[in-house]
Amino acid sequence: MSYQFEFADVLEQWPLFLKGIRLTVQLSALAVVFGFVVGLLTAIGRRSDTPWLAWSCGAYVEAIRNTPLLVQIFIVYFGFAALGWKVSVFSAATAALIINLGAYTCEIVRAGMDSINKGQIEAAECLALTKLQIYRYVILVPALEKVFPALASQFVLLVLASSVTSQIGAEDLTAVASRIQSETFRSFETYITVAIIYIVLSYLARVLFWAVGLIVFKRRRRLGLAF
Amino acid sequence: MGGSFNSNHFVFLMMGAVWTLALTMLAFVSGGVLGFVVSLCRVSPLRALRLITAAYILLVQGTPLLVLIFLLYFGVSMAGFQVSPLLAADLALTVYSSAYLGEIWRGCIESVPREQWEAAECLPLTRTQRMRLVVLPQAYKIAAPPTAGFMVQIVKNSSLASVVGFVELTRAGQLVNNSIFQPFLVFLIVAVLYFAMCYPLSYWSRKFETRSGIYARVQPE
Amino acid sequence: MSPIIEINDVHKNFGHLKVLNGVSFDIERGEVVAVIGRSGSGKSTMLRSVNRLEKIDRGRLVVCGHVVSDPSVDLHQLRRDVGIVFQSFNLFPHLTVRENVALGPRVARKLGRAETAKISEAALARVNLLEKLDVYPEQLSGGQQQRVAIARSLAMEPQVMLFDEVTSALDPYLTGEVLGVMEDLARGGMTMLVVTHEMEFAKRVANSIIFMNEGRVWERGPGGMLDDPQTLELRQFVGKT
Repeated sequence: MSYQFEFADVLEQWPLFLKGIRLTVQLSALAVVFGFVVGLLTAIGRRSDTPWLAWSCGAYVEAIRNTPLLVQIFIVYFGFAALGWKVSVFSAATAALIINLGAYTCEIVRAGMDSINKGQIEAAECLALTKLQIYRYVILVPALEKVFPALASQFVLLVLASSVTSQIGAEDLTAVASRIQSETFRSFETYITVAIIYIVLSYLARVLFWAVGLIVFKRRRRLGLAF
Repeated sequence: MGGSFNSNHFVFLMMGAVWTLALTMLAFVSGGVLGFVVSLCRVSPLRALRLITAAYILLVQGTPLLVLIFLLYFGVSMAGFQVSPLLAADLALTVYSSAYLGEIWRGCIESVPREQWEAAECLPLTRTQRMRLVVLPQAYKIAAPPTAGFMVQIVKNSSLASVVGFVELTRAGQLVNNSIFQPFLVFLIVAVLYFAMCYPLSYWSRKFETRSGIYARVQPE
Repeated sequence: MSPIIEINDVHKNFGHLKVLNGVSFDIERGEVVAVIGRSGSGKSTMLRSVNRLEKIDRGRLVVCGHVVSDPSVDLHQLRRDVGIVFQSFNLFPHLTVRENVALGPRVARKLGRAETAKISEAALARVNLLEKLDVYPEQLSGGQQQRVAIARSLAMEPQVMLFDEVTSALDPYLTGEVLGVMEDLARGGMTMLVVTHEMEFAKRVANSIIFMNEGRVWERGPGGMLDDPQTLELRQFVGKT
């Protein structure tokens, strides 16, 4: 039994693919930027001396890390509706991805912050820096530098995970694929094409984060240390 | 609308949870076997074998699991075989797990101290004996916590089997919701059930995790 | 004029362990006091209590007019007035020498760019490291790192400097360059409280030496007291080192 591959019909749909790529990139970029901010704040919250704050940040992380993204997306999507808010599919998808990535980022960033030498924090206290100033000037950069590879991997995983938002109707690359395959009846070719696009996207994301690392971490650049 | 959430619905969700566990176990066993082969190939002295498996890992880890499921669901049927949703989901999860477990286990094998290899070489044991008698028994211990951690991923990702219609926990939730239309409540219950399955594994994994999980990815100064 | 540091009957426990057991002494402005004693005698804890890295359980502690023993003491002001240098340097690895030294003036003292630069460079000049401005800590020797740490404290323009066994992590050669910087500081009139194992340095530079034992001031006197110990414990200690 042999199968005749026929990519022509599928590739003809390239404008649709482009639209899907655009949405996937938009979703991922928003989720990475805001998910990083959420993760950073909750990591600080988790390390706080205020018990309720530390506990609630921990509960958030555990709740997200132990449930599927798909279910989280449903809860956010229908949750907005239950609250009576009308939000677009795109907003719901973005919010769900941010909430999801925030939890994973929190764990990684916290590990980095915990690994900062206590003596350096003490030295900063003795320079009359406030708690927030210590986070900003003393802890943040070296902590992120230490966990940057793990962080970058997590962000790349998010680009792939954003495919799940197609299940609430976000018009991302995966959703586009399902449309194209139903129009061309060339499902196998369609999904092969999409898989290749995702592989290229995740590779580009990796290169991008590597470049970001070089720009942000001045010391590594100057001393010629690779990640 | 079929009324409010009742015990029948709950029983239906529990059945879904059982199928989630079944699918997880199935994928874990087959993915584990394949992943074990992948990890051995990755540390093989044969360059070609290392490169092929490296490419395999790169491709699988660069593709969303969802796309992998569609690819296998449609792909295998295009080739003229009838694929059930369960088989498609299991195949996709197997391929997915094998790539990640292969990488995790390769790390564990390589973290067995060099001296152990050298000592075994001096004994003299063949390469297979060295692996089987000296390296692997030590690697198993290192591998247990991250492997449990990855099982959490399989449980969670098995939810994607719902997209091809396999009735595991998430699909069961969708079906219940279709009849009573209380999505927020239904999916919250679904989430709690997932949490109940995943949290013990996460907890155990973290408790015994030495320095092999995300902390190993923290670069030393 | 009242003393710049007043320590009166200070007590501190770690669990059941009595670390400070009624420490009392005063330091005048401009005085250099060396604190010696065996490990476990409480000298480091005493030093760290002075700028409240450790909270004391009982007693009165006044530094530069700040009542450190009062829980509501203004920590910000206290730490602007009191500098400390640690055994393990504790430089910030992601900042250059210049940035390490400038952090205090710029962020805590909120000085402008020009003034910060002036103060940082003056501080680095005092430790003879002006040529290393744009280098990262890991590119420096231990002795150089410790001198940067001293400059970092100096840039806060403190009234008192605390030194916590600052040469213990250094080999004899590097120890010499750090002690040299400290001797210059002392001659410049800085009030210094120095916990140290360097007996020669204590004798030569300090106005007075405090020998601590069992969490108390056991003996205090000028440098010469090391040659003529009054107590058995100091005699044993001097004999040993």
